[in-house]
Amino acid sequence: VTLKRERPLSPHLQVYRWQITMTLSILHRVTGVALVAGAFGLAWWLVAMAFVGEAWNTFNALATSPFGMVLLFGFSACLVYHLCNGIRHLLWDIGWGFEIPQLYASGWTVVALAVVITALIWFAALGGVA
Amino acid sequence: MSTNLKLRHPIANARGWGSAKGGTHHFIVQRITSVALALLVPWFVWTAVSLVGADYMTARLTLAQPFTATLMLAFVIALFWHAKLGLQVVIEDYVHRPWLEITLQLVNTFACLLAALASVLAIGRIVFTA
Repeated sequence: VTLKRERPLSPHLQVYRWQITMTLSILHRVTGVALVAGAFGLAWWLVAMAFVGEAWNTFNALATSPFGMVLLFGFSACLVYHLCNGIRHLLWDIGWGFEIPQLYASGWTVVALAVVITALIWFAALGGVA
Repeated sequence: MSTNLKLRHPIANARGWGSAKGGTHHFIVQRITSVALALLVPWFVWTAVSLVGADYMTARLTLAQPFTATLMLAFVIALFWHAKLGLQVVIEDYVHRPWLEITLQLVNTFACLLAALASVLAIGRIVFTA
């Protein structure tokens, strides 16, 4: 007897109205994965610096190229967002901020902080505070 | 379960495949490394921005200072530990073919460990050949 009947699935992502909480949750994971690549970039930077030779020049040439700058900007934005939202996660871990209004407020605060801090970093990096 | 013609109870198939009793430790280490990174990332960003445009010797001498080198060591260790734990969960969540999952978990562990070791070695060389 082979009973092959399509069993009902529980409601999934598509039935939910958009909320900031879901977007920030997904972003936290996406930026985390992106930052793993950034971490390997950091390891490359350190190795290039330690073992003198063409490696340093190669790294610098890539990092200061338009493509490299876009990558660095992406990593910095991911880092700042992941840090801010990570602190939000740590606050949840100690039991703070589970009420819906608090969730939304902390979420928008994270977005605002991420934008402002990333902008400040690049303002400083591009000679704003020489 | 509709075609369960075996006399074994389905739970027998599940036993031994469940919790490895390692989840709490994973959770706690992820939090410890996240607190460390929350403290170290602002320092790292500050250091990185201050090195924008610096020539090779300036950058290398900055990293060779004991304070900078110590924090950079702490940073790369916490970073790759945190990265390994985070990527592990992502793989657990999305990869369900056993051989592929085990392969990716091994690649994740080895790659993060090797990158951490290479970074530590590089920082050591920068310090001891300053």
